[in-house]
Amino acid sequence: MPARTSWIPYALIAPSVIFLGALFLVPLVQTVWLSVSAGDGLSLENYQRMAGDLNFSLAVSNTFLLTLVVVPIQVVLALAMATMVTKLDKGRDLVLWVLTIPLGISDLAAGLAWLALLQNTGYLNSALYALGLIPGPTGWLSQETPWSLFFAIAMAEVWRATAIVLVILIAGLQLIPKEFSEAAEIFGARPWTRFRRITLPLLKPSLQSALILRTVLAFEVFAVVYALGGRNFPVLAGEAYVWQNDNQNYGVAAAYAVLIMAISLAATAVYLRVLRTRPEQLP
Amino acid sequence: MTAATSKVLEPGRSTTLPSARRFLLWTGIVALLAWVLVPIYFVALGAFGGRLGVFRWPKSIWPTDLAIEPMMQFLTIEGVFNALINSLIAAGLTVLFSIALGAPAGYALARYTFRGQNAYRLLVLLTRAFPLAILALPLTVSFIRLGLYDTPFGVSLIHTVLALPFAALVTQSLFMGIPREYEEAAWVFGCTRFQAFMRVVLPLALPGLAATAIFAFVISWNEVFAASILTVRERTLTAYLLRILSESPLHYRFAGGFILIIPSVLFIFAVRRYLFAVWGIASK
Repeated sequence: MPARTSWIPYALIAPSVIFLGALFLVPLVQTVWLSVSAGDGLSLENYQRMAGDLNFSLAVSNTFLLTLVVVPIQVVLALAMATMVTKLDKGRDLVLWVLTIPLGISDLAAGLAWLALLQNTGYLNSALYALGLIPGPTGWLSQETPWSLFFAIAMAEVWRATAIVLVILIAGLQLIPKEFSEAAEIFGARPWTRFRRITLPLLKPSLQSALILRTVLAFEVFAVVYALGGRNFPVLAGEAYVWQNDNQNYGVAAAYAVLIMAISLAATAVYLRVLRTRPEQLP
Repeated sequence: MTAATSKVLEPGRSTTLPSARRFLLWTGIVALLAWVLVPIYFVALGAFGGRLGVFRWPKSIWPTDLAIEPMMQFLTIEGVFNALINSLIAAGLTVLFSIALGAPAGYALARYTFRGQNAYRLLVLLTRAFPLAILALPLTVSFIRLGLYDTPFGVSLIHTVLALPFAALVTQSLFMGIPREYEEAAWVFGCTRFQAFMRVVLPLALPGLAATAIFAFVISWNEVFAASILTVRERTLTAYLLRILSESPLHYRFAGGFILIIPSVLFIFAVRRYLFAVWGIASK
């Protein structure tokens, strides 16, 4: 029985619509409004202050650099993980559980876990010392060592958030009919060809959603950075936090928020366009 | 959904690899497992090693002289226990709200065709293209006015925005997996729609709903930015740790990190069967 349109579905979705209206759409408009209002009227003063800030260009380039390095590595690593896991015949559930553990780990906790490894008297330095590569405790996470700090943050991000890409890709792999690959194998296609010509194109929708999700979150990166480097490595969300909490300047914080939103939306639009799948391409 | 999710990637399909390649495969797998587990292991050593453990040089990778005291000391620091409780309250409320608001919407999407359906779906999907935690910034002012600022309740509201779209989409497919005929049979036997839902659909949907609830809990438990913006004294654990980050000794930070990690590990274990089905749906 196809249920007729009645008041019931509207009553069922109404609470969530009201909720999202009040706590998603309203704050969205408020943020934009806050960012363009200064004193009594509209002005771009907040944006000027944001752009004139010492940390601004550093925060922009750091955030972009981190995203451009971390997201591709995560996708490639997750693809490799997924391919390896599907080849397992024993212990697959256990391996999958361990590989997906970071999915539930907070970015703050991830940063602290890597801090345990990388701090001055940490395990990395102990290992390097044992190998005779360094004379004693060495700092990797200070302002004087921007590249190793960047590398540490990137590693912690890859460690934490590859799991989500892995889960989305494995969910996508399950939807691909096995027959395609088997047919190709009969016709003599090598594993690499099968992967490139069959698996990868059919995985495009999953890749798209994984990329959107990860990129939006990557531009929000904040707690990992703070746990490892404090304010030594400015990022956009961190600057928004500082302007809001320490400087108590909600206008400039809102300007940062609008900038992050604009970048996220632009990235989403690009992914939707570049990786779109026409209906006839689906199995 | 239940039948499809019980087996993730059914095993045993033509996996007779030559032994050299099998060795290579397992080497890779072991490396990946180590990559995931080693940082967790080290933060655990840091959490139970205390002040001396942090500064020992050079360190041994074996768990020598660990003790429960450093962790206990951390928990008795003023504010830590309170923050832990606040985190639990915020996460509990997030679970409650996201299920209470999301499940009815999921049911509506699964069982009815109605005008505005696509608009609703778009609204839900739209939330994904936005950095939602950032939206906590303007809420500070209105939350102060409403008396919600600096309360776990206020934090849970913004966390529900994060968890709700997810809950709606997952419950939709959950209810779609339960045949409509079951419900109709109950109607025939004289149940009202509500009774039919409670007695027939709900018991079948319960495991999936539990998994959705756990995801909502983890989302809230882990969130840092909004929680830090919206609290001052009644901080959640993540907000507390972020605030004391620069002034607290390392072993306290590791203890905090360890406490944050533990529930996640257990929860991922509890929902591992649902993980792939849930994300397969939620990422469409």
